[in-house]
Amino acid sequence: MLNIEKLVKSFAGEKARGRRRGDAQAAVFAVNDVSFEVKEGELFTLLGPSGCGKTTTLRSIAGLEHPDSGRITVGDRVMFQRGGDHGRSVNLPANQRGLGMVFQSYAIWPHMSVFDNVAFPLQVRKRSERPSKAQITERVDRVLETMELTPQASRQATKLSGGQQQRLALARALVIEPPLLLLDEPLSNLDAKLRESLRYELKRLQRELGITAIYVTHDQIEALALSNKIAVMTAGEVVQLGKPREVYESPANKFVAEFIGTSNFMPGTIGARDAEHLTVETANGKLYLQSAAQLVVGDEVVVSIRPEAVELSRTSLGAVKNEWSGKVVARAFLGDAVDHVVAVGKQELRVRVNPSVSIEPGSEVYLRLDPTKISLVPVG
Amino acid sequence: MTLADRVMDRSEVVEESRWRRLVPTPKVAIVAGVAALVGYLALVPLGYLFWGTFFDNEGLEFGGFRRAYGNDRMGELLQNSLSFAIGAAVLSLTVGTTLAYLNVRTAVPFKALFFAASIVPLIVPGILYTISWIFLASPDIGLLNTALEPIFGSAPLDIFTIWGMIWVEGLHSSPIVFLLMVAAFRSMDPSLEESALMSGATRLQTLRKVTLPLVRPALLSSVLIILITSLESFEVPALLGLQNNIYVFTSRIYFVLRTYPPDLAAAGALAVGLLLIAVTGVAISRLLAGRGSGTFQTITGKGFRPRPMDLGRWKPVVGTGILLYFSATVLAPLLVLVYTSLLPFYRKPSMDVFSALTTDNYVELLHLDQAQTALRNSLMLGVGTATLVMAVMAIAAWIAIRSRIPGRGVLEQLTFIPLVIPGLVLGLALSFVYLRSPIPIYGTMFILLIAYCTKYMPYGMRYATTSMGQISSELEESALVSGASWWKTFRRVLLPLLAPGILAGWVYILVVSFRELSSSILLYSPGNEVLSILIFEQYENGQFTVLAALGVVMVLTLVVLVTIAYKIGARVGLRND
Ligand SMILES: Nc1ncnc2c1ncn2[C@@H]1O[C@H](COP(=O)(O)OP(=O)(O)O)[C@@H](O)[C@H]1O
Ligand SMILES: [Mg+2]
Repeated sequence: MLNIEKLVKSFAGEKARGRRRGDAQAAVFAVNDVSFEVKEGELFTLLGPSGCGKTTTLRSIAGLEHPDSGRITVGDRVMFQRGGDHGRSVNLPANQRGLGMVFQSYAIWPHMSVFDNVAFPLQVRKRSERPSKAQITERVDRVLETMELTPQASRQATKLSGGQQQRLALARALVIEPPLLLLDEPLSNLDAKLRESLRYELKRLQRELGITAIYVTHDQIEALALSNKIAVMTAGEVVQLGKPREVYESPANKFVAEFIGTSNFMPGTIGARDAEHLTVETANGKLYLQSAAQLVVGDEVVVSIRPEAVELSRTSLGAVKNEWSGKVVARAFLGDAVDHVVAVGKQELRVRVNPSVSIEPGSEVYLRLDPTKISLVPVG
Repeated sequence: MTLADRVMDRSEVVEESRWRRLVPTPKVAIVAGVAALVGYLALVPLGYLFWGTFFDNEGLEFGGFRRAYGNDRMGELLQNSLSFAIGAAVLSLTVGTTLAYLNVRTAVPFKALFFAASIVPLIVPGILYTISWIFLASPDIGLLNTALEPIFGSAPLDIFTIWGMIWVEGLHSSPIVFLLMVAAFRSMDPSLEESALMSGATRLQTLRKVTLPLVRPALLSSVLIILITSLESFEVPALLGLQNNIYVFTSRIYFVLRTYPPDLAAAGALAVGLLLIAVTGVAISRLLAGRGSGTFQTITGKGFRPRPMDLGRWKPVVGTGILLYFSATVLAPLLVLVYTSLLPFYRKPSMDVFSALTTDNYVELLHLDQAQTALRNSLMLGVGTATLVMAVMAIAAWIAIRSRIPGRGVLEQLTFIPLVIPGLVLGLALSFVYLRSPIPIYGTMFILLIAYCTKYMPYGMRYATTSMGQISSELEESALVSGASWWKTFRRVLLPLLAPGILAGWVYILVVSFRELSSSILLYSPGNEVLSILIFEQYENGQFTVLAALGVVMVLTLVVLVTIAYKIGARVGLRND
């Protein structure tokens, strides 16, 4: 459906005043050699910290940014190509790409009614392609209906609440039935409660309407909840590409593990291995885990342990694998879970457990680490 | 003593101090003085103007109106004034808005030139600008005509027409529109336009259906400002229109007063008419702006990243246009002024002329008592006006913003009244006041000082209220709580905090007073001319070369003053517009 190959976009550095030309022009590579593919009907998420180049990637697909090189195709239409072995340069202007986009600020036109906002994309078409007035009304009404905005149709667009504005922006993007929908942090302007309910709403709509969408966010929970596939970006590059579960459970490197959820890290060396089991020697003792990684005995590794992959109890189960003892240092009640900080040897581990298991600080405890939920991340 | 006793005791103290308040404390005296002064400056001239227009020794009479508007003069006056004002507004709006859009939204070349051009109205007073254009495009002596004559066979340009008037006024005002529109475009979220593009709209459709409607409030206020400044403009219609008997309100007032004996009632009738038009204009625009405002609040406050759009193959065309604009608004008028100032007598340029350039005119200025007096008068009036206005307005701003004194809103409104009084009308009104009043200041510099103070009161108030609004009232309250008296608090806490804003306002008022013409022209008397008056007189006497030298000196002085103003303004975060 959407294909991005070797996309590069740099910005000339801000001209510092009073400096000489040469050193003021250091370019920023906002997008550096990014490639990925989005399949029909998929919700694909670009996830990464602020400033990692998500918006720039999205705007390049939209045609609002002019990339340095690479190739962007939607279906069999070439939207952009330049440099490399791509042949003739192509750069279709934004208003001829026919894609839908929801901006972070929603960009609702304040001088138009809700209806006019949605009708605009149809009204500005070339005369030969423009639907009749009646058809426009019908299509707009249908989209407003889907977005549950029918009662607000004749209202001034700015009189809507945050959630309604978000749905209006979506309605406007969808009215032309675009092959691809681009969403730039569409929920970041809403408060936490609304954000959660709209998240599921968005997912439902996307699935029911069969929309192919690219979703940009810096919120890992949003990404995990919504996506079919996630591309984790940092410093203009995609560092991991995979299903939400894969990205969460086997992060490709320390950055991903740290960025997506919290994690405990522990250095170690491979002690023994057979077909699919590994033993890692750590400062706190042996850890047994499952991994298909190509590692040999003696390799240095970092183990990543999610806080919820640890079981906590006051009593030992005896001779089970991966059981360590420690001491609770601190405890925080979070409502649906309880966080414990447990000192194991010289290290402190973050452990998240069910509220029924709440252990006061100072107690001796036993930790059991689920071998299927421990992952290895490459050193460095 | 029990606690209750002590509380009782306190309440008696409060009671007593309430009594003491009837005797004026410094606070009451100062507040009352400021309110009285503002009321006097804003209302008395208007009162006398109406009185002098409608009444003479025998009672109510309308002879002035008959003489002013009779013989079908009414239609002609209205038509000329409105075509002039509307023409200038259309020209400056088109040019200013286009330039602002290019500057903010596109990767246009020569961006530095835009802002160089935008300070022209500040550093080149209208009278010099008009005279420069006479040097450029008068049918007899215009340099452009000289250059174009071989091509067209005769002089193609005539600045002494309504078109010439519109051209000069419109160009001189376009930077004002430019600055207003730059601010409007900058505060508009670019994604509003981008989402139109994403919807498939062409650039033109985006401009027409999204961009322009969104900056409508700024467009409206620009139109209003230009309409009013053009209606009030004196130098352009007087220097360009009178030659061919093209009268607008201001030049008619001047004409009526210059004939002997001056017909004060007729001038008053004209002034009342002009005032009515100005007030109507303000009212209409308030109405229009009020209807649209609120709607546009969504223009979000987030910091936008400027995303200038590429002009592609239009770049050379646009670049050429900008160079032409810059030459027409800045370069040509300034160059012709410098050129003229170096001539022994006014001539068209040729090889001979360039070899005979001389600085004699500047030397002559040094020996011309009149010029030195005028320069000194202008500076003294500027400093005096700026100081008085800012001192009084600092207190007025406190009353309007911080105090709970009843009627503070009225006081604020009063300070803004002079904004709709055209300079010439103010001059006339003040001469009505002081010709009849026993206070012997008519024909002295004091009457000019009063005129300037009245005229620039609104600007002073704007600066003072803006900076007062930026200071948290808690700072002031904590001083009061620590036991400082009101006056001490004002002097020790508020004034130092206000100082940067007050200083910026002070320099701005100094700059605009330094070049005032339209009120001065009716109030000066021989011996206390100011610079702009002297230039006006010299133009009427045909002393073009000395005038040009004086003009160059004036522009240079203004450049220095404006630079200081910008430096201070930038430091305080205030803009000088
Ligand atoms: N118009 C621009 N000019 C200069 N630098 C830019 C511009 N747009 C983005 N950048 C830079 O590119 C990088 C990526 O920006 P962006 O794509 O907006 O990040 P994200 O959306 O992931 O937060 C940042 O370092 C940003 O400063
Ligand atoms: Mg972003």
